[in-house]
Amino acid sequence: MTERRVAVTGIGVIAPRGIGTAAFWETLMAGRTATRRITHFDPADFRCQVAAEIDFDPLAVGLSPQEARRMDRAGQLALVAAREALADSGLTGSGLAGSALDPARVGVSLGNAIGCTELMEREYVVLSDGGRKWLVDPEYAVPHLYDVMVPSSMAAELAWSCGAEGPVALVSTGCTSGIDALGHAFELVREGSADVVLAAGTDAPVSPVTVACFDTLRAQSTANDDPEHACRPYDRNRKGLILGEGSAVMVFEELEHARRRGAHVYCEVVGYASRANGYHMTGLKPDGREMAEAIRVALDQARLNPDEIDYVNGHGSGTRQNDRHETAAFKSALGAHAYDVPVSSIKSMIGHSLGAIGAIEVAACCLAIEHDAVPPTANLETPDPECDLDYVPKVAREQRTDVVLSVGSGFGGFQSAIVLAGEGKARR
Amino acid sequence: MNTGPSKRAVVTGLGVVAPTGIGVKTYWANTLDGRSALAPMTRMDPSGYPIKVIGEVPDFDPYALLPSRVVVETALMTQFGLVCAEEALLDGELDPAEQPEYQMSVVTANATGGAEFGQREMQNLYAKGPSQVGAYMAIAWFYAANSGQISIRHGMRGPSGVFIADQVGGLECVGQARRVIRNGTTFVLSGGTDSSFSPSGLVGQIPPGLVSLSDDPARAYLPFDTAASGYVPGEGGAILLVEEAESARARGVRPYGEIAGYATAFDPRPGTGRGPNLRRAIEGALADARCAPADVDVVFADGYGVPELDRLECRALAEVFGPAAVPVTVPKTTTGRLYAAGPTVDLVAALLAVRHGVVPPTVNVTAPSPDCPVDLILGDPRETAVRTALVIARGHNGFNAAVVVKAV
Repeated sequence: MTERRVAVTGIGVIAPRGIGTAAFWETLMAGRTATRRITHFDPADFRCQVAAEIDFDPLAVGLSPQEARRMDRAGQLALVAAREALADSGLTGSGLAGSALDPARVGVSLGNAIGCTELMEREYVVLSDGGRKWLVDPEYAVPHLYDVMVPSSMAAELAWSCGAEGPVALVSTGCTSGIDALGHAFELVREGSADVVLAAGTDAPVSPVTVACFDTLRAQSTANDDPEHACRPYDRNRKGLILGEGSAVMVFEELEHARRRGAHVYCEVVGYASRANGYHMTGLKPDGREMAEAIRVALDQARLNPDEIDYVNGHGSGTRQNDRHETAAFKSALGAHAYDVPVSSIKSMIGHSLGAIGAIEVAACCLAIEHDAVPPTANLETPDPECDLDYVPKVAREQRTDVVLSVGSGFGGFQSAIVLAGEGKARR
Repeated sequence: MNTGPSKRAVVTGLGVVAPTGIGVKTYWANTLDGRSALAPMTRMDPSGYPIKVIGEVPDFDPYALLPSRVVVETALMTQFGLVCAEEALLDGELDPAEQPEYQMSVVTANATGGAEFGQREMQNLYAKGPSQVGAYMAIAWFYAANSGQISIRHGMRGPSGVFIADQVGGLECVGQARRVIRNGTTFVLSGGTDSSFSPSGLVGQIPPGLVSLSDDPARAYLPFDTAASGYVPGEGGAILLVEEAESARARGVRPYGEIAGYATAFDPRPGTGRGPNLRRAIEGALADARCAPADVDVVFADGYGVPELDRLECRALAEVFGPAAVPVTVPKTTTGRLYAAGPTVDLVAALLAVRHGVVPPTVNVTAPSPDCPVDLILGDPRETAVRTALVIARGHNGFNAAVVVKAV
């Protein structure tokens, strides 16, 4: 039996300054930043007061009043992105139920790091009467409270949106959730457990509890007086990460299945690997060893050499620790080619949306292959001497882009890499 | 890279923290004796809550079992996981320091996060202000904490993961462990852990209306009984050491059994008129294990304890096996439903049944419902050779999965 190959046949994105794939790509290509003073709540008492927010009205983008009421913002973002991805794939605009697909052959793999935090926090405030009560009041429990507590409810909503009755799960490996959910979807299609999988990531962390968490870690930028330039990956004057929110959903489809129905193929997913650093929940060793290993294994699976990579989408969170770590990983895994290949961080523009960003970054990589162009690293003014690669400062580039590597790194020590290839480069 | 399904995944080590026992030995003895741990809630004052009976892990002292620096930065779910992982490694005679780091992985499941840890810090945030949120909140309450802490503690650097699918996560992670082994990793610590017992965690479980409100521990959780009135929530964890079969043979470690079959199926959206898919999950797992229904010696049922859901499970079993054609047990009647931990604890019981040739009973059920024609093992444990066992799990919103374990 020939090996099953995995095509990307649909993309949906909702990101800061990027509601819809077209707007998202335009923001990236323009190098525009979406970081601003937080408006979701009054951030005056917080160390970091900046985030990349989406101006999002659930009803205006087509969610029903009940969907808007019962679902956390992260679930709502994913549902909006899923609808765009499904329509884009041509599998039908309103879901797969009416198509010829067997629902048992359709799955969902949704990455998410922090669950339904935003709604959970709002409900907690009511149940506890503003934090006054430890023994919270059961009579204030909303009917969907259990779904707020178990984030698998969001994977269920995606499954319902497309009639999926095959493998459905939420992948929650912290900041690599998005990329790992895509890796899981890739394996489900490749091994034959499904023909079509919604491969996705979503998170909406711009709420007080999550901003407070990152405050305690001193991980966030404190450039509160200059929000537009607050996130500066690879720059000597970086101050830390900026939280963002968003979702990307892609349709991963068995290649022959896609060809039979004449679907547009953006690219193929050709390699994925993940490693754990077994070192520290938040700390990274500067040698980037485990990320390098993940990159090597993913390339090996793709049967591609390092020098065939045209673009690297970096983790680029905006912390010194990360920048050193991944720069070392690229040098170790890609050798001399690390100095030639463009590397950029779109987090500089749309922030770090935790379990979503890995999927959003892969969506950007698919679009880079589609458009033969790579997004820049915004705010990169003064390169850090420790970061001596080509990080595509400030201005997007048009260039032949066939093979793309995207990496993620996160809490728990997880390091992941995924490789995409356009037509011709996948499986010579 | 893809070495394919030729590699077999066996279980060579077990670790359990359950309401019925910390450690496999105590858990198994109490489970065989049918000694229930369901009891009036002590974790918090129950007077304001409609839920009266739960399955708590009694006398769990993390400081006696784990380094204090780890205890302060972890939620109870993670402490359960760390303790289980340690037991599974000991049981499987595996010293991680002697193994190649990338040949060891951790894949866990969790449904509700670190509920009590999270509520405490949320209270700090709202009662005292953002600067009073503890430094460990960021790494303790979220779902990836368990795989992260276990991989760090044992230097396991292979492909790791975290799966959330309500209760079904406890099987999903083991299915993933088998996939990781087929892809070339030798050892995977895998299983589910959960503890949702804080006031806000408890209140979150009320609205679906599936939790029993009985105040009688002996009558609160009665799956397949005419008096079934819901389930009792519990807490706990189980971790399996899953190993590539040739490695176990080379190490001379006797496996409990093989993870021979696994399948998952999701139910259609309510109201679409399409039926549930539990049957497909069961048939998929059997086909994957190359088993006929007649090969199955015992089924560890999901046993929701909710009449309509019990009927659906019985119907799926009857469709696959014939009416009351296979022995069925629900040992979780002694622990309550442990969310993501529950199905992994059932896997432990199934593997011990294979090893010892005895099936633990379902307790408290006295009047099996005529709507649920199953051969339920009641009263005494049933001594019988178990070559093949099926474990079933379902979760809120339509998750279904089944695992087949086989004697090696």
